[in-house]
Amino acid sequence: MKTIEDLKRMREQFQSQTKLRHASDIQVIVGMGTCGIAAGAREVMSAILDEIAKRKLQDVTVRQTGCIGMCEKEVLVDVVRPGEPRITYGNVTVAAVSKLIGEHVVNGRIVEDMVVGKIAE
Amino acid sequence: MHILDLVQNSIEAGASTVRLEIIEDREKDTLTIRVADNGRGMDAETKRRVLDPFVTTRTTRRVGLGLPLIDMSTKRCGGHLLITSAVGQGTVVEAEYRHSHLDRPPLGNVVETVKAIIVANPELDFHYVHRVDGAVFTVSTRSIVSELGDMPLSHPDVILWLHEFLSYNLANLYGGVQHENN
Ligand SMILES: Nc1ncnc2c1ncn2[C@@H]1O[C@H](COP(=O)(O)OP(=O)(O)O)[C@@H](O)[C@H]1O
Ligand SMILES: [Mg+2]
Repeated sequence: MKTIEDLKRMREQFQSQTKLRHASDIQVIVGMGTCGIAAGAREVMSAILDEIAKRKLQDVTVRQTGCIGMCEKEVLVDVVRPGEPRITYGNVTVAAVSKLIGEHVVNGRIVEDMVVGKIAE
Repeated sequence: MHILDLVQNSIEAGASTVRLEIIEDREKDTLTIRVADNGRGMDAETKRRVLDPFVTTRTTRRVGLGLPLIDMSTKRCGGHLLITSAVGQGTVVEAEYRHSHLDRPPLGNVVETVKAIIVANPELDFHYVHRVDGAVFTVSTRSIVSELGDMPLSHPDVILWLHEFLSYNLANLYGGVQHENN
């Protein structure tokens, strides 16, 4: 059984490790407009959260955004590594999530064949 | 089901507070999904035209799809879509279905849906209330964040906890156990 009280213990554990961590926050942003959802954005989002949990990634922030006008390329997922251009991936499927996270988020290697946009920050 | 769509509309309307209620009443045979926000609201003209699939205030795409589709699916299932909104007053969208209707869209994976909303919107004051007959489960992003302090919602331990916490409480809800969550 899980209760809100579990969080206190998790927080204490987190704070005791906090000195070891360094702030290099990588952002993963999923398009959750109507088209995105219709194309499976919720499932892709779930797969990303599973992947973060499985790989124990502590420096990733997940966000959702609305329609950005590339509806035919949904599901869209953006990866932003600090100091690097914002990379937009298109037609992302649940099956592709593990590769995206493993290559780009963990190892910093852009998965070129899925890229549909790059924006220099 | 259209829960994420409705919540995304609220976020796009600039809401800082969103309340999602799912109410299942098996005696009355109704399923109600209500999303209330404190976003910018709709003026009378938008509200009147919002169920027309060729209306959207977005500029990136000419066709709004969300609300007209929900409107059609509720009507097909012996229910209705009700929009209460005024500029500066926020918006309440209520979709009601006949619970047992064969064509009713399934509620979908509520655990994954609520988990996604909470983790991906840490600044949103999000409240989730789920009633099944007499039982109720409720949780809010704030109640979690206030325990976590500066530990992020996207921390792997928090994601796993959220998953189990939501799964456990939803299972309880359907098991008929009366549940009190402050
Ligand atoms: N919660 C809300 N608050 C304010 N305006 C809303 C809300 N939900 C919908 N709207 C308005 O109704 C329009 C149509 O919404 P919708 O059918 O979901 O299509 P879309 O989101 O693709 O524009 C939106 O563009 C917006 O102007
Ligand atoms: Mg919408």
